[in-house]
This record gives sequence, C-alpha cells and structure tokens, in this order.
Amino acid sequence: MSVPEITEGTGDAHISPRPNFWRNRFGRRRRLDRVPWIPIAIIFFLLLLPAIFADLIAVHDPLRGVLSDRLTPPVWEEGGSWTYPLGTDKLGRDILTRLIYGARISLAVSTITILVGLVIGSILGLAAGYFGGWIDWIVSWLVDTFFSLPGVLLALVIVAAIGPSFLTIVIILSVTIWAPFARQVRGETLSVREMDFIARAQVAGSSPMRILIRHVLPNVANTLIVMATLQVGVVIINESSLSFIGAGIPRPNPSWGVMVADGRDLMLVAWWISFFPGLAILLVVLSFNLTGDWLRDFLDPKMRQRQ
Amino acid sequence: MTEATAGGNTVTDAADTGGAATPADRAAPVLKVCNLKTYLYTRWGVTKAVDDVSLELYPGETLGVVGESGSGKSMLALSLVRLTPEPAGRIEGGQIFLNGRDILPLSERVMRKIRGTEISMILQDPQQSLNPVYTVGNQLAEAFRVHDASIGERQVRERSIAALESMRVPAPERRLRNFPHEMSGGMKQRVVGAMAMAYQPQVLIADEPTTALDVTIQAQFLRLLEDLQQRTGVSILLITHDFGVIAETCHRVAVMYAGRIVEQGPVAEIFDNPRHPYTRALLDSRPRVDFVPDRLPSVGGQPPSLNDLPVGCRFAARCDYAEDRCREAYPPQVSQGDRYHAASCWRAEQAPWSNR
Repeated sequence: MSVPEITEGTGDAHISPRPNFWRNRFGRRRRLDRVPWIPIAIIFFLLLLPAIFADLIAVHDPLRGVLSDRLTPPVWEEGGSWTYPLGTDKLGRDILTRLIYGARISLAVSTITILVGLVIGSILGLAAGYFGGWIDWIVSWLVDTFFSLPGVLLALVIVAAIGPSFLTIVIILSVTIWAPFARQVRGETLSVREMDFIARAQVAGSSPMRILIRHVLPNVANTLIVMATLQVGVVIINESSLSFIGAGIPRPNPSWGVMVADGRDLMLVAWWISFFPGLAILLVVLSFNLTGDWLRDFLDPKMRQRQ
Repeated sequence: MTEATAGGNTVTDAADTGGAATPADRAAPVLKVCNLKTYLYTRWGVTKAVDDVSLELYPGETLGVVGESGSGKSMLALSLVRLTPEPAGRIEGGQIFLNGRDILPLSERVMRKIRGTEISMILQDPQQSLNPVYTVGNQLAEAFRVHDASIGERQVRERSIAALESMRVPAPERRLRNFPHEMSGGMKQRVVGAMAMAYQPQVLIADEPTTALDVTIQAQFLRLLEDLQQRTGVSILLITHDFGVIAETCHRVAVMYAGRIVEQGPVAEIFDNPRHPYTRALLDSRPRVDFVPDRLPSVGGQPPSLNDLPVGCRFAARCDYAEDRCREAYPPQVSQGDRYHAASCWRAEQAPWSNR
C-alpha cells in the first residue's frame, strides 16, 4: 500500500454546478405544487388585504348601524339585499364591514404579540441554552411557571385590574406567548451549542455575543419562523376567545370574537351574525397552521439550497 | 492502513523528514505545560482527566499525543486553549506557557485575543466544524474578521483564496460560494485548516483531525499538515489514538494513560525501544501487513476509573510485568538514555518487555 500523493483536484469527485433554486440536489424539480397556495391566498385576501385597506374597501360604518335595517339576512337569503351582502346584526351594522375592520384588529394584535413574544422568548431561550447555570435555572423556572398559569383566568384578573383595552390584550397575550418560544429556542440552543462549529468559533477567539448572534441564532431561525407562523393562529384564537367572554377588545370595536359573542343569543333567528366571523377565524387560523406546517418542511436544512 | 504501520524502518523516514537533529535542540519551546491538572466535577465525583501533565512543544515540530479513549487527550487539548467544558471542567493547577507567557492567570478577554492568533485548533469532525447556514467564503471571512474588524471586503477575499490555496483546495474562487454540505469531508477539513491558520498562529492543536475521514483522505490530510508546517513553521500538537498517524507525521510522541503521560520521546526511539509496558502493548496491538494474526492483540482489562485512581502505577492492574512496588507508589519520570526520552515505570531500565 502506498500513500497517495496530494494532487490538484483530488478529494472531491464533483464540484456541483451552480445549483438551481427550483431544483434539488439530484436535479429533480422541487415540489412546487406543495406550496399551500390556498391557505396563503386566504391569509392574503381574508386578513392582510382587508386589514390594510379597510378604509377603502368598506362601504358602511363599522360602529354605527341603521336600526331600521337590523337583522337583515345575507343577500342570497329571502329579504337580503346587496346593500348588506352578509347581512346586518341586531344594531343594523353591516357584518362585512365589521369583518373587514375586525381583520385589522386580529392582524394588529397577532403581529405585535408575536413580535414581542418572539423577541423576549428568543433572548431568554438563547441565554438559557447557551450559558446554562443559574440563567438557565431562572428562565426554565419562569417558563414552567407561565406554562402552568391558566391563561384565561390570568387574562380575567389583569383585565379586572387595568380594564379592557387594545394595549391590555396585547400585554396579556404577549405574557402567555413568550414561554413556548423560550422553551423551544432553549432546547435548540442546547443542541446547537454542542456542535463543533461553535467550539471552532470559540477556538478562533469569537466572543459569546458574536457566537450567539452569528452562529446560534441563524441555526434556530427556521424554527422561530415556523413557530411564529403557527402561533399566529393561537394568538387569533386567544384574542377571539377573550373578546368573546368580554375580556378582550372592548365593544363596540369589531373584533371577530366580539362579533361571535354578539350573535350568540340570536343564533336561531339570525345565524349569520355569529357564523361569518366564526368562519373567518376558522379559515385564517387553519391557513396559518397549514402554512406553518409547510414552512417547517420547506425550511428543513437538509432541503436548503443556495439561493 | 499505511506503510508506516507496517514496520520500524519507515518510522525513521518520517522522523527524518522534519529534521535530522531533534527539534528540541533548536530553541525555547513555544508551548510549555508544567504539571497541568484539569479536573471535571460531576455528580459522580471528581474525574482527574488531566493529572499532572508536563510537556513541551518546540518551534516547527510535531508532537503526537497518543492514548486510548478516555485517557484525557482531548481534555488536555481543550485545557491548552482554556475551553474546558463549563461548569464541570476546571484547571486545578500547573502552568501553561504560550510564547513564554503563562496563560492561566489571563482574563477571558485577553485569552480570546490569543485564541486564533497564537494558538488554534482543528477539531475531529469536519462535518460539524462548519456552520451549515453560511457559505465557505462567509465563514472564512469571519475567521479573518474576528480579530480585525476593519479589514476590507477585497482583502478578505484575497486572503480567503490564498488560505484555501495553501490548503491545496482546488478552484478556491468557486469554493467560496459553496455551502458546507456541498463539499466532501476531506475538503471541509481543509477549509477548517485554512480557517485555523488564518492568523498564522505559532501553535496548532489537531484533535484527531483524521478520525472522521476515510483512510486515503487521512494520509492526504496528514501530508498537507506536514507541508503546512514546512512552509509556516507552525508547531503542531497532534492528538490521536493511532500509532500509524504518529509514525507518519510526528517528531516526538507522548503516550498518555489515565490522565498522565507515561512515556515521551522521539518517535524512532519510542518505536524501537519503548520503556513503558503500555507503549509496548499499544505498539503490539497495531495491525501489520507482514504478519496477520487471527486476532489483533489487545491490551487486556480496562483502564482505571479516573474518579477513583489507584495509589501506585495506573497501569499496574493490566501490566504483565507488575511488581509489588508498582502497586505501592507511582513511578517517577526517568530519562532513558536519550535526553528527551523519559518514561514513568519502575522497571524502565530493565525493560523486560523489549526482548520478545
């Protein structure tokens, strides 16, 4: 046996040709058809578009109704009219208009809440996972504590103490949403920390801050994106639930949860008051969950290609 | 594996390539370790992973540290850059002189500046040594920026290409745009090597750099290290469990057993005339090409638990030549003829294992 000489070009049989984003490592087409276009479209048309352009789209006033037109059924029912495509509620307010403005509330609440939860959760999770010791002990203890708090009861107490408002609901939801982020990030940081490239960065003289931001964070970012997407659904549900029991967005603001609550004693007479906001919640939350599931697969590092 | 493992004659060849005179004669050591003790404090007790280890690394030489799993080799390597696992690992005693300066009392801040610039390290598994989310170019650039934030984009690129070229990476410009998963193990290890040498450190620790590579690539990478040493004069501390690797690349070797160095000396000396029965046993258990036994000989028994070490010689329980005194007191390190050959064995002078 002899020792092979070092020659140019040995070691690597293939230098891969410039990879194509739409093709995977084996040259096969990426499964574009797996992109959940329908959920994405629902999120876009049911949440984003109405929320941003509510003032342009909506014809009626979301807060003030025409009492003489109250309980008008949707247009395809007997007695419905194109003036109120989805009917009116017991105060004569247009359901469609309120749904559109409700989207704005849902989007605002979920975006702010997720951002706050994400930032707090990742900072605490990264610190706990990377440094360990007493920081980890405290963060883990906090996470466990927040997981064991009954969310609705906590919300009721806070609302009772400082009164219902937009800010209150954002605070309440943020307080409950950071814990899952922190737990997830901590767990992933623990495993990333043991990777050799972290040790390599340490040996090269990188500071802990640099390692956390440059090496750990990007490796947990995928999870964060997926989690944030999935949590949007949770936040919208929670906001609606709190609004439904009267501890959320104060009336007469058109939160979807408030609208469901408004119609619940008229279910048999005017089903459309609760039905449409309920459907909106269902569709949007389901869409976020489906999109999140797809993102999880799509962002899998093993499927990553150069872009 | 390679010709070096086959017999004694190639060993001398390998030693010759680095310099005929023992490098030790040349200059003051770049790295000097005195009585280093690194203990791990675990739930189950104190593990004496590195227990009273002294060694010297001279400019331009390669010192091999050989020993079986759990003998403390890797913990020794981590101690040298002061990156023992937190919070369990602690350096409990001794001194580490790097370029004449004791690094143990230094603050973490100063230590960070030393890592990468004066001392650097190549880790075992190249698959894991590169961050999967960045391109090779991006990571090389970081290696150049860690200690010099002001360096320009163009300079970084030039240096990165030069660094890859010096590790014989073909088509370096194209490589810069590759992600780690697009490269083979050997190629990744070369990139890791290029990163480790970014600031031309005087000391390079290679912790089993070839264990994760396949056999042909192993030899290639070792040649590359040798070549690198000849060009830059870097001193290499090569940690391995493979005497074949030692024979091929090292000038001197230190044999570690249960947290201590039991024998060290020039490679040829150690191979021809081992003065410690453990070294003998390790050499005997190498695979050979000229003689194929039914079963490879192995060292019988288990090394002692590092949590509960015997009073006397730590190898006594597995040693065929152990006497009463071996079990009663730890043998002192005694020079063996050659000034740089020393062994810790009560029976080193007789060496009853040599005439077999």
